[in-house]
Amino acid sequence: MKTFLILGGGTGGTMVANKMSHHLDPAEWKIIVVDENENHYYQPGFLFIPFGIYSPADVVKPKRDFYPQNVEFVLSKIEMIEPDQNRVKLEKGKRTITYDTLVIATGSRIAPGETPGLLDNGWHKNVFDFYTIEGATALSRFLKFWKGGRLVLNVAEMPIKCPVAPLEFLFLADWFFHERGIRDDVEIIFATPLPGAFTKPRASSILGDMLEGKNIKIEADFNIMEVDHTQKAIRSYDEREIPFDLLVSIPTNMGSEVIERSGMGDELSFVPTDKHTLRSKKWENVWVIGDAGNTPTSKAGSVAHFMLDVIVENILRQMEGLEPLAKFDGHANCFIESGFDKGILIDFNYDVEPLPGKYPLPGFGPFSLLKESAANHWGKMTFRWVYWNMLLKGEEMPFESQMSMAGKWK
Amino acid sequence: MTNPILENVEFDDDGFMIDPNAWTAEIGEAIAAREELPLTDRHWVVINFARQEFDANDEAPTLRRITKTTDVDTKELYKLFPGGPAKKAAMVAGLGKPTGCI
Repeated sequence: MKTFLILGGGTGGTMVANKMSHHLDPAEWKIIVVDENENHYYQPGFLFIPFGIYSPADVVKPKRDFYPQNVEFVLSKIEMIEPDQNRVKLEKGKRTITYDTLVIATGSRIAPGETPGLLDNGWHKNVFDFYTIEGATALSRFLKFWKGGRLVLNVAEMPIKCPVAPLEFLFLADWFFHERGIRDDVEIIFATPLPGAFTKPRASSILGDMLEGKNIKIEADFNIMEVDHTQKAIRSYDEREIPFDLLVSIPTNMGSEVIERSGMGDELSFVPTDKHTLRSKKWENVWVIGDAGNTPTSKAGSVAHFMLDVIVENILRQMEGLEPLAKFDGHANCFIESGFDKGILIDFNYDVEPLPGKYPLPGFGPFSLLKESAANHWGKMTFRWVYWNMLLKGEEMPFESQMSMAGKWK
Repeated sequence: MTNPILENVEFDDDGFMIDPNAWTAEIGEAIAAREELPLTDRHWVVINFARQEFDANDEAPTLRRITKTTDVDTKELYKLFPGGPAKKAAMVAGLGKPTGCI
């Protein structure tokens, strides 16, 4: 009996488990998923919690509900991965699993401890993250009674999980304060290490104009050095200082601690991964899906989804003694909530930046690329259902894994 | 007045070398002079490390990798390369403009 081991049972791990269970003969292969957390969070939903659009209950379901029956789920912390020995040590029952094929889907996490002062007295009092259920919920309680002041949103360091989420937060905050009638009492500042609103030029300029139109100021090239709680200010390495009443932070994102413990990660604990084949750069039978790896694309669920077909095909090829062939092109697409029941959609890959156009059907849509529309907003809101009911199961979706230029305008 | 050393070197619109493999230490000095950045031994710690990383991995190291691997900390990096160490160090080391992550 051979073992197909998946570490991490979130978006990537669940999709791989579902897809592989159709391909592997149960008489020959055993599929095991290990995760230390029982809950599956719909992470795109965290964005809506601070503004009371979603409640915590709207974004959580038991992980077990999403694995096929022939998959063994082990709820345990992972102590150590020993890829040279093809084995993984678990905390629970001190169990050791020896594997034939390993898929790493341990994701990424916020590491607020990387920024001096961020975790001091104000953490979850007037300094919040919204990338965890705890942070998003604490922030919703704060915002409920906030009378206004200076809101600073800071991205500590790239890369981050879902690079558009900070922009969405700003757009939704603008809308939220409008609705409450206190927009004039809130100053909104976006302090980012990037030279502009986004990483890619076309999108950066369009999104930058939108921020300006909503009277949100960008403090670009801002690399945070420290948070000073007594002065209520953040400071950058080039000695700029921004005072805040409310600081919303997207802290440094890092890979899982077990990756670091096992000596498998880069300086941010992401696993070095071949960006086209999705195989570990070091171990032939180790594969990496989603934000656990260092592939230079968005650390988002849509990317994990687009990686799925490639990684599965390459794993199956390897099992037949063939070299990996399928190529991941870095395809990502993201709905960007822009407030007032509108949204934007962007679609891009390693080589092609987000461009205007229609998606997924060229000329028709129904979604508009790089442009605000009500349909895009409804796409985003419907996506939660699609996520739970189709995406996690690895079902066919109405769009291709490889990005297409059809329907895009240069 | 262009430095003669840079005359046959190709640059993109932002002043980054197009072919990193054509880089030499003299070219590095000349780019730094163009940017009005006098180089010290500490600059060279960073530049040499960036070159070494590029040779090994085909990409410029991130700031975090520089500060984790060399004895130059982030604060010093900003002092050495005012106006954005990632960009400036890559420019002097003849590496392409850092793409930034996505």
